[in-house]
Amino acid sequence: MKQSTQNVSRLLHKRQTRVSDTVQSVPPSGIRKFFDLANELEGVISLGVGEPDFVTPWHIRESCIHALEQGHTSYTSNQGLPELREEIADTFRRDHSLHYDPNEEILITTGVSEGIDLAMRAILNRGDEVIISEPCYVSYVPTVIFSGGVPVTVATGIENDFKVTAERIEDAVTEKTRAIMINYPNNPTGATMGKKDLEEIADVATEYDLIVISDEIYDKLTYDGKHTCFSSLNGMITNTVLFNGFSKSHAMTGLRVGYALGSSDIIGAMTKIHQYSMLCAPIISQMAAIDALRNGREEMERMVREYDRRRHLIISGFNKIGLDCFWGKGAFYAFPSIVSTGLTADEFAERLMLEKRVAVVPGNVFGDSGSGFLRCSYAASRDDIKEALLRIGEFVESIAGIA
Amino acid sequence: MDLAQNILEIIENDPKIDISEIAALTGRLDEEIRDCVCQLEGDGTIRKYKTIIDWDRVDNGFVYAIIEIKVSLERETGYNVVADRISKFPEVRSVRLISGDHDISLTVRGKSMKQVAFFVAEKIATLPQVRSTATHFVLKTYKEDGVILHETEHAERLPIVA
Repeated sequence: MKQSTQNVSRLLHKRQTRVSDTVQSVPPSGIRKFFDLANELEGVISLGVGEPDFVTPWHIRESCIHALEQGHTSYTSNQGLPELREEIADTFRRDHSLHYDPNEEILITTGVSEGIDLAMRAILNRGDEVIISEPCYVSYVPTVIFSGGVPVTVATGIENDFKVTAERIEDAVTEKTRAIMINYPNNPTGATMGKKDLEEIADVATEYDLIVISDEIYDKLTYDGKHTCFSSLNGMITNTVLFNGFSKSHAMTGLRVGYALGSSDIIGAMTKIHQYSMLCAPIISQMAAIDALRNGREEMERMVREYDRRRHLIISGFNKIGLDCFWGKGAFYAFPSIVSTGLTADEFAERLMLEKRVAVVPGNVFGDSGSGFLRCSYAASRDDIKEALLRIGEFVESIAGIA
Repeated sequence: MDLAQNILEIIENDPKIDISEIAALTGRLDEEIRDCVCQLEGDGTIRKYKTIIDWDRVDNGFVYAIIEIKVSLERETGYNVVADRISKFPEVRSVRLISGDHDISLTVRGKSMKQVAFFVAEKIATLPQVRSTATHFVLKTYKEDGVILHETEHAERLPIVA
């Protein structure tokens, strides 16, 4: 018995040291703790999810079944099915007047997350810096670190509706800066940036010859105004690696399929890594993506209209409760401030979960500039949103009573 | 999106919804919504607020049949006269002009198969313009007006994901 305990502890010690320094240097995701907590409790209403509550539209699911019946279970070319790449090229030509060569400038990836990882590995030399607007999706900083780069986060704030400014980016530029990473419409804030705002960022990129990594996965979920592709800005088509996919717009998160658009040198380098690591995105998902692009517009627009209704419901709801919430115009996140309650976001989220059984994600998980905010997804049914607002209202009142 | 269209899409799926909730969902004032709904009701765009009921779950529920009819046309009035006349029967739930082998399709509701069969034989088949009828009894309804009655989907999501 004693012998085996000793063996275990020796093993554990050894295991810790078996992990590389780079991986050890990255802390586990702050979301993990809440995830475990939510799983232990019953009757939890979740506003914590970063995926649509709609099931993938039936015509897309049906195309997966058809593909299986036809026996489409093989590899595809490393870059992805030519039909899908052509369909994407057509879409960008039609919707944004952007010309991408389906043979050299488009890569199909297993979701945008893989694509961003490929881009970082493709462009970064050890020690190169990437400027990342923050608060940001949890994977960006670790992805840069895993690729040997150095993340340099630039804070955005409520005073500017969580838009990143050219000034702050310029302040962060050094001779080691290689790229700027942005994500609008934004996870976790719901912020969007208009054409003028983006042009200022483009000017900085041009001046310092920086690559812009633009994650536009939420582009279809723009409720006020029109989304501007970063690569559609003057001169930016060669400097931008643009990411998009089907997870959010067509409720296809679990199918894992996205794409990267960029100039042939970078896409070629990314394809090299992709071919040795992923080989190709799953063929069934790629075929589903073709169907989504050809026949999915109507269902997608129906979902977007419903998200917009929920956006009104939840943001006005927070403001009524007394939690200041700015009117984000994109994605499916409300980002209310809880500073007025005197609690930190972590405390608020944990107590809300334990006392009222509502799951939200504390903003600091997405970087320091998210401190004092909560990320609340409105990719949840209207009934759930109403009930969650009721419970959050009760919770806020109970705190105010004590203070 | 146009406010009227937005309201119609909301109401179509949830006729019991409050005016104030529609206002919250669309970011408008209660009065704006009330005015718009009044107008839509007034001009006949909103015809009626109805409930979809799965009558199979109710004892002494209803029997439905689809009746296809061939008619002989009158020179002046076309299909309208006969369609109007058939529409007046409360047993007839819907009347549609259709393409294909038959001319008009009805949905008829009754308390029993016998009642429906006799209704068709006595009231519909005997109309002077009706040349023939074909009655199809509904055995089970899987989906009614966009609502699946047979089963619901259960797709589980994880409670917290980035």
